[in-house]
Amino acid sequence: MVPSQVTTDVPRTLLRTPTRSDRIYRGLAIGTGLLTLVILALIGLNLLLQSRTAIQSQGLRFLTSNAWSPQQAEPSFGIKAVLYWTIIIAFIALAIAIPVSIACALYLTELAPRQLQKPLRSLVDLLAAIPSLIYGMWGLLYLQPHMIPFATWISTKLDFVPFLRVSRPSFSSSALIAGVVVSLMVIPICTSVIREVFSQTPQGEKEAALAMGATRWEMIRTVVLPFGRGGIIGGSMLGLGRALGETIAVALIISPIFVIRPSVVETGANSVASLIALRFGEADALQRSGLVAAGLALFGLTLVVNTIAAFVVARSRSGAGVDI
Amino acid sequence: MSLTTEQRRSTAATTPRDRVIQAASALASGALAAVITTQVLPVTGPVPFGLTWLIAFVAIYWLAVQQSDDALAARDRIMTFVITTGAAMVLLPLVFILGFVFVRGVGALSVSFFTEDLSRTGTLDAGGGLQHAIVGTLQQIAMSVVMAVPLGMMTAVFLNEVRGPLRRPVRMFVDAMSGVPSIVAGLFIYAVWLISLGNGGSGFAASLALSILMLPTVARTAEEVLRLVPGGLREASLAMGATEWRTVWSIVLPTARNGLITAVVLGIARVVGETAPLIMTSFGSTKLNANPFNGLQASLPLSVYQLLSNPFAAQQQRAYAGAFVLVVLVLTLFIITRVLGNRKSGKRTRAFRLFKKRSAS
Repeated sequence: MVPSQVTTDVPRTLLRTPTRSDRIYRGLAIGTGLLTLVILALIGLNLLLQSRTAIQSQGLRFLTSNAWSPQQAEPSFGIKAVLYWTIIIAFIALAIAIPVSIACALYLTELAPRQLQKPLRSLVDLLAAIPSLIYGMWGLLYLQPHMIPFATWISTKLDFVPFLRVSRPSFSSSALIAGVVVSLMVIPICTSVIREVFSQTPQGEKEAALAMGATRWEMIRTVVLPFGRGGIIGGSMLGLGRALGETIAVALIISPIFVIRPSVVETGANSVASLIALRFGEADALQRSGLVAAGLALFGLTLVVNTIAAFVVARSRSGAGVDI
Repeated sequence: MSLTTEQRRSTAATTPRDRVIQAASALASGALAAVITTQVLPVTGPVPFGLTWLIAFVAIYWLAVQQSDDALAARDRIMTFVITTGAAMVLLPLVFILGFVFVRGVGALSVSFFTEDLSRTGTLDAGGGLQHAIVGTLQQIAMSVVMAVPLGMMTAVFLNEVRGPLRRPVRMFVDAMSGVPSIVAGLFIYAVWLISLGNGGSGFAASLALSILMLPTVARTAEEVLRLVPGGLREASLAMGATEWRTVWSIVLPTARNGLITAVVLGIARVVGETAPLIMTSFGSTKLNANPFNGLQASLPLSVYQLLSNPFAAQQQRAYAGAFVLVVLVLTLFIITRVLGNRKSGKRTRAFRLFKKRSAS
């Protein structure tokens, strides 16, 4: 069959106007997407609003004062010491969590038998699913009695180290015990971020290292670890964000103090989140405002830490931040 | 001298010879550790012994491999051992924590735990239970699911289906939101719902705070799941003339159903044990209050926390039982996600069945 007449083809003009239902759907989806931003902004705004009373009462002293006595006739309170202990606990937690997480991530990606990889990953996820309350309870009732002899021993043997020197021999409810418990809660998140970055190491480079005669450890040291450096830094910072905001486990374990001192094995520590949890019930309006202000500081701190972490991880995922 | 008897080379990473060296090193270091812990160190017990054994093993194993092979091999074996030990260190606390909660919790459980509240039980009395807390937890979790899941799903749809220039910033905000400390979420609801709007503390206020924590978990997990839906299904639907909304509702979401349920369960698991935000929103109580919109309400984690701070043995027993129930709840949710995760997504949907039927006839 030959067409009787030849017509020139004119390309159809494509009209891309979405139907009404699609317009509603898109609007809704974009709206919901932006809701996260709105909520974040509202959190900052409302905390700022409610902390006004406290900030007006204390001014800059809120950041430079150690004491927390808002119920006195002349209320005076600041978060300097509390912030100090928050950071100390977070650093103890990270000092334990980072090496263990790197080892765990390396084991999961490079050493574990293939059949074991998935169940092991599940177990690490399970560690993340256990509520912080349970960690705190375990730390208080099981770990603490077992750690006190260790803390006593290390403190008497190494009392020339300022962090381990104590003024009186009481070792319960210390920053060290809280830090160890928090480290357990940070390990799963660090491990999963680091493992994901390690698993994206180019297979070719690993095989090249092995083909050149490298042992498995040399391959890990020269290929996997440099490639995953961004992931290690980003995962650690995400862990830092979690450790700073950890509340209930710390609140159960520590006994609050409001002085800055180097010893981490002696009784007494503090953290912003646990201060809020422990004081909120009994607080009057001014103290509650002060606690909201402390919460605002915590919110700002974790937001900064997490954002930097997200950038570092995103860069290392795209491979842009890696130069071997 | 025949050339035909070629021997197949074993490529196994660990040879029998390695195993002998390992076993001998373990034995030697065990003996050394026994001597050190009983004669030299001031502390005895399984933990100091285990630690000394580990250190002694690393040293002796390194020496043994260095003598039998070379320094390179020794370093490789030692690092393999260190990495494996580090990984095992992660799982050890899991065993201890679960064991601790089970051992203490099972003995503390009783029938009255599920059928009574604490309004008429003194702090020293036996009996009484946490029925009020269980009811509170169930109601608060249900309300947070109703609020957070649609929003989380819609955010996931926005991130993966609608896309657009706002996609990257929104993903960043979702990440930032998942990093918000739980106590800050509680303070936020306290500042808005209780102070600015003048409401009293209630179960609903608690579920508002919980849904802030649940939303990012649901959104990120659901987004990962939607990414697995094959693009061909979407294109087929659009080519048939379906609108975008129709495609998402009838094709994409049903195909990803299993994964989306996993996202919901993960969201629940994220908040079921949260205690901190409840301190300033629902405040807890000892009486059964089945109305989450009016009056203070208890919940399992909050009650356990409050009971733990109580020095009396009967209260501590209730805390153990409550913690046990909480852990069982978390474990159940966790197992559900694993079962769903193992099932192949996308095989059971209407679109898929229809497709099979058409292609068969």
